[in-house]
Amino acid sequence: MRIACPHCGLRDLQEFTYLGDASPSRPDGLAATESAMFDYVYLRENPRGLLEELWFHNAGCRAWLAVCRDTLTHTIQSVVPANKRKKGAAA
Amino acid sequence: MRYSGFSLIAQSLKGHAGWGPAWRDASPKSTYDVVIIGGGGHGLATAYYLASRYGVSNVAVIEKGYIGSGNAGRNTTIIRSNYLLSENIPFFESSMKLWEGLEQELNYNAMVSQRGALLLCHSDAQRDAFARRGNAMRLAGVDAEIMEVEQIRAMLPFLDYENARFPIRGGLMQWRAGTARHDAVVWGYARAADARGVDIVQNCEVTGISVENGRVVGVDTTRGQIKAKKVALAVAGNSSRVAAMAGLRLPIESHVLQAFVSEGLKPLLNCVLTFGAGHLYISQSDKGGLVFGGGIDGYNSYAQRGNLPTIEDVMEAAMGLWPALGRVRVLRHWGGIMDMSMDGSPIIDHTSVQGLYINAGWCYGGFKATPASGMCLAHLVAKDEPHPVAAAYRLDRFATGRLIDERGMGAQPNLH
Ligand SMILES: Cc1cc2nc3c(=O)[nH]c(=O)nc-3n(C[C@H](O)[C@H](O)[C@H](O)COP(=O)(O)OP(=O)(O)OC[C@H]3O[C@@H](n4cnc5c(N)ncnc54)[C@H](O)[C@@H]3O)c2cc1C
Ligand SMILES: [Zn+2]
Repeated sequence: MRIACPHCGLRDLQEFTYLGDASPSRPDGLAATESAMFDYVYLRENPRGLLEELWFHNAGCRAWLAVCRDTLTHTIQSVVPANKRKKGAAA
Repeated sequence: MRYSGFSLIAQSLKGHAGWGPAWRDASPKSTYDVVIIGGGGHGLATAYYLASRYGVSNVAVIEKGYIGSGNAGRNTTIIRSNYLLSENIPFFESSMKLWEGLEQELNYNAMVSQRGALLLCHSDAQRDAFARRGNAMRLAGVDAEIMEVEQIRAMLPFLDYENARFPIRGGLMQWRAGTARHDAVVWGYARAADARGVDIVQNCEVTGISVENGRVVGVDTTRGQIKAKKVALAVAGNSSRVAAMAGLRLPIESHVLQAFVSEGLKPLLNCVLTFGAGHLYISQSDKGGLVFGGGIDGYNSYAQRGNLPTIEDVMEAAMGLWPALGRVRVLRHWGGIMDMSMDGSPIIDHTSVQGLYINAGWCYGGFKATPASGMCLAHLVAKDEPHPVAAAYRLDRFATGRLIDERGMGAQPNLH
């Protein structure tokens, strides 16, 4: 598996660190109820197919990337800097 | 047919033409008392204990491929009970006790070999941590022994004791640990369950779970609908997908773990060995191949194959521990998809759907658990209450904060 970093080009998997599913977003303020936090911290869709996920290019530009990848085939559909991510790109 | 030395001699005189199939390849009936989804070790063991211990034999095991085609046939076959936490020790020790009597009970040679499992330590701090773990084990009645470097050197003279970065400082040995033949475990449970009336249905994928008024009533499969009073999931690696059929979301991610086997060698390694400074475990099969593995690849996957960086990492750890391995060729490698749970420990519990039970989240360690997992899931399904040694493996522990985190890694599945 190689990831096409928008800053560095096509780079080997070894240069990246994985965080996981990009979709959970941390509830804030009054929305951060016990059950909303439980959901955010522990529950995952864990799909077989397209998943939007966060990778860190630690041996390269050190940017966080949002990668849309198929968990069954490992093919990568798109890579964008995490701050340019459109929510729900995998859906 | 009962297997014995006598049956072997009698069959050999007849040119081995008289061995029948060990179990029936059943077609699904329309109704069962219990349907178990997943024909791996756990599903088949559950069916066997339901029929043999709890008197429930109107049971089907539904498998999408052939039995043992998942992790049961892909693991590195290590069995041990050298855990630290009080929620885990009794469960894994009860599994070890079941392994010790398994072959007589099933009348099947599962090649259970208690050759010992040695965890190596490489620093004083790690030695202290192992002493603590060994003490926890002994307090719970499990065998554990701290081995000094000289003892280990006498047993395994070929390791790199003076490695500049990771010198070997000692180890924690569990002599009763070892290996078992993974396929034979599957076949042994299948044969024994079949003999007690359990239907083993292969090439039958569950595609839906029917729930009416909060209660499970059956499953949809590629071979038609099957009604059931109770349904139990034992689909390691696919738990999130199958649970989603009943509207459940789980604290689990699916990850790929790779394993390797070398060309056959003369007897060389007489125990299971674990490198303490990286992720590597290694043993030698009875055919002579070195069977070894390391950590998961680390990203969500359902692919049953992994990538090269992990392979390189495992090989580097092997070379660091045992430099002579550089001359040995790798014969095969493969991957399996495992449920990585949010605290690294398993789940055996009922769900919010009545009559639907779940056995999931086995991470790296479900093969050793096969007998106890089957026993505890059978107990839960038959009696609707948890088996005492599995009472902590609740699905709601993530919500209540009663996590069982052996490695202290927190809710990051790829770090467990
Ligand atoms: C490479 C590797 C090495 C390992 N090494 C060890 C080890 O040394 N020691 C140890 O203790 N553990 C080890 N494990 C973990 C262990 O193999 C698993 O935890 C354990 O096998 C899981 O239980 P099982 O045998 O029931 O799983 P499986 O054999 O995976 O059974 C699940 C079954 O469910 C079926 N299924 C899935 N979805 C459906 C569906 N919709 N309908 C019908 N059937 C379905 C699958 O086809 C599969 O056969 C290892 C795992 C891997 C991948
Ligand atoms: Zn980059």
